[in-house]
Amino acid sequence: MSILSVENISKTFGGLQALMSVSFSVKQGEIYGIIGPNGSGKTTLINCITGFIKPEAGKVYFRGSNIKGWPAHKIARAGIARTFQVMRPYYSLPAYKNLIIPLWSPRARAIGGWRGGGKHGDRDTVAVDILEEIGFERDSRIPYKMASTLPTGYLKRLELARCIALRPEIIFCDEVFSGLSASEVAGMVPLIEKLKMEGITLIMVEHRLKELFRVADRVMALQFGEKIAEGHYKEVIADPRVKEAYLGSEEV
Amino acid sequence: MEARRKERIDRGIKVRSEGIYVVSSLKEMLYVAGPRVFLIAGLLLLPLVLEMAPYWKRVVNIMCVYGMLAISFDFLANIVGLVCLGGAMFIGVGGYMTAIFNVYLHCPVYLAIPLAGLAGASICTLLLLPCLSLRGVYFAIVTLMYPLLFTRIIEALNILGGTNGITGLDSFPNPYLENYVIIILLLVFVFGLRRLVDEDIGLVLRGIKDNDQSVKASGINVAHMKALAVFIASFIGCLGGAYLAHLYMWAGLSLFALDFSIIPIAAVTIGGGGSMLGALIGTFILVPLSEFLRFFGTFRIVIYCLILTGFIVFKSEGLLTYFARKYDQFERWAKI
Amino acid sequence: MDILVYGTINSVTLSLLSLGFTLVYSISRLPNFAHGALYITTGYFIYLFLNGLGLSYPLSIIFGIALTSLIGAMMYRLILIRIRGMEISEIIATYAIGLAMIEGLRWGGLRGTTFTLPSFASGSRDILGVSVDDQRLLVVVVGFAVFALLYFFVRLTRNGLALRGIAQDERAAMMLGIDSDRMAVVSFAMGSSLAGLSAALILPLGNIVVEAGYNVLVFSIAVSVIGGLGSWSGAIIASFIIGFAQILTEKFLSSHFQMVIALLAIIITLLIKPSGILGRQKELEERV
Repeated sequence: MSILSVENISKTFGGLQALMSVSFSVKQGEIYGIIGPNGSGKTTLINCITGFIKPEAGKVYFRGSNIKGWPAHKIARAGIARTFQVMRPYYSLPAYKNLIIPLWSPRARAIGGWRGGGKHGDRDTVAVDILEEIGFERDSRIPYKMASTLPTGYLKRLELARCIALRPEIIFCDEVFSGLSASEVAGMVPLIEKLKMEGITLIMVEHRLKELFRVADRVMALQFGEKIAEGHYKEVIADPRVKEAYLGSEEV
Repeated sequence: MEARRKERIDRGIKVRSEGIYVVSSLKEMLYVAGPRVFLIAGLLLLPLVLEMAPYWKRVVNIMCVYGMLAISFDFLANIVGLVCLGGAMFIGVGGYMTAIFNVYLHCPVYLAIPLAGLAGASICTLLLLPCLSLRGVYFAIVTLMYPLLFTRIIEALNILGGTNGITGLDSFPNPYLENYVIIILLLVFVFGLRRLVDEDIGLVLRGIKDNDQSVKASGINVAHMKALAVFIASFIGCLGGAYLAHLYMWAGLSLFALDFSIIPIAAVTIGGGGSMLGALIGTFILVPLSEFLRFFGTFRIVIYCLILTGFIVFKSEGLLTYFARKYDQFERWAKI
Repeated sequence: MDILVYGTINSVTLSLLSLGFTLVYSISRLPNFAHGALYITTGYFIYLFLNGLGLSYPLSIIFGIALTSLIGAMMYRLILIRIRGMEISEIIATYAIGLAMIEGLRWGGLRGTTFTLPSFASGSRDILGVSVDDQRLLVVVVGFAVFALLYFFVRLTRNGLALRGIAQDERAAMMLGIDSDRMAVVSFAMGSSLAGLSAALILPLGNIVVEAGYNVLVFSIAVSVIGGLGSWSGAIIASFIIGFAQILTEKFLSSHFQMVIALLAIIITLLIKPSGILGRQKELEERV
């Protein structure tokens, strides 16, 4: 049973065809990777599905209802969270206060915060718990530092933490691995796997293919806004069109 | 020559009185509560001190009205990130609404003012709704125009008393009530807004100013939250306007005057934004000053604007931050 | 027929008034709330040069416009440059400067009917059966000349191309070695001189009163919001819409409604198509 299915979604910017009737569907609890060279429309696809950009044509079914054209906040409320490629924390707030905002949102309040706890009043505690879970060492006081003073690795994790705080069913990760060191990525991978164990569906847009292929169940490749391959990662990288898109016409 | 730099270090008492430790001794409690007590007691005593000078008692009332406007501007601009260039709109709408309730519908004062606050805030929010989902500059543009628009419409259609305004509003039953109604309203809203900003919902509003995309991605309707903030701010402003109309016993076009737009902005800039208290400090400096400058007429606005520009460019932190730093920290020269 | 003629005149006047505002916004992304103040200040300067210093009329116009554009450039160079990027401060600062200028002139006695400028052309002629005085005709002619000049300036000259570059993508332009601060100064100087030019042309039609400063500001904001903030051609289309709408209401209702029309148009635009008639595609700016 697919939790999210996207049918023939299209988008143009001015004269540029950013997405050309892309279709795919994702099963519940799956990690689905989206790869493609720069400018192939990966982020635009996320923006279209999560309502930050209005797609021109196509349908997006989430649990059977068509969410295409809904405003972004309504889609998020339905349970689709996303990170931003250019990180967008609340720079004027401490790290843990960043999570108060999703914890305050109607969805998190209705579900009851993190793992049943923290319906009201102790959102601060819940926030710090989530941050600890995602790798902010509680004793180091890092959760209490201003977001503007945090290094990239923590900001990337903060983006993910903000999604988790919403208690979503699907998380779109827009390049959460990029800009991180190898050891930081190694720290993130188990986290992603843990989220999967909890039943959250992850859709990951990624440039770091090696790390992505370690976690992803299925992968889709985009080029110039078109889907060129889909399947297990071994099939996808074996596809000649993917090879060409990534490496020009040279051999691997 | 040896290099030196200025260090700023928190005073011992500030560190000792943080968090729960503030209850450890009377001195620490006084340190924390002192400025607040000074503000509250000072404002409450002001009408008694000025018993001999009825003119200045009136100035205090007007000062408090400006204070209401200033905190509503501060709340909108520095918490939610919406610059309102037309505070006069709130005053005018509030004033005319109370006139309608009081003169046309014969509500007594104590009913007319709150009703005017609610009705006025609803009208203002409704009118500002179209520009809430857009970037901040649109809000500034539209608020700049509304006071002008109201004036022109009232003139053109000759409604609501036309250029003469609506006369015959009830005054307050006694002068003490007149003083204390507005002082208490002001104090309630200052501390209420400060509390609101520290609550979780206040964090959401601050998040909107910081970056609204993330708030949207958290499943919160940004336009709704902004509308809520505008409602709160315009409610405060309209209450001020309603009070002013009863103070003058008249609601006319001068309620849309430019002073109501520019003085709050100047006050917040001078006092320092984001804390509501800075807005109060600014008002308490500017409004009495403008009484002394009454002789200059409209040149006062020029003076405000120049002070305002000076502060924005050279001392954008404002006076409150400066005072708070002197209160909490000491400075010394240290060798490098 | 008179609606057509007067509507055109009014529309060209409006677009001339608002061109400076649009130009500054499109290049430096700053809403210049002092636009109306610059307009009225030029009128005052010209009056001063003409009657106070006894200069000849063309000379005082040139000096007046030059002085205004200097004020505009200084405004950016001395004040706004220090608060670039802080949106709230930018808005407040230009608003405060504008208010200071207008209210300063009001205090200086710029009221009533004492301050007038002579018109350059006093005759009148028939156009399509409607009598139009030459001054208004001159406004239209100069207006079109200014549009054409600007059009060629931004397409053919080095500075003009730099301005367009900044307007399209500030960062990319900076990487190509265009100094965005210098261009912003240029844009403020040009915007102010356009305000000045329109003042020199239009003020002789009536008295110099400070209220005109507010009216000009409101009209130019209305025009540029409806045309799409920062879009020049959109602004010109929008001024034709508002221009004709105003003439129509003036004919069938009353002249009080001129500003009401402008404001209603803004609200309707924001409700229906917030980016304006020819505003840049919103999604591109908000790309996440």
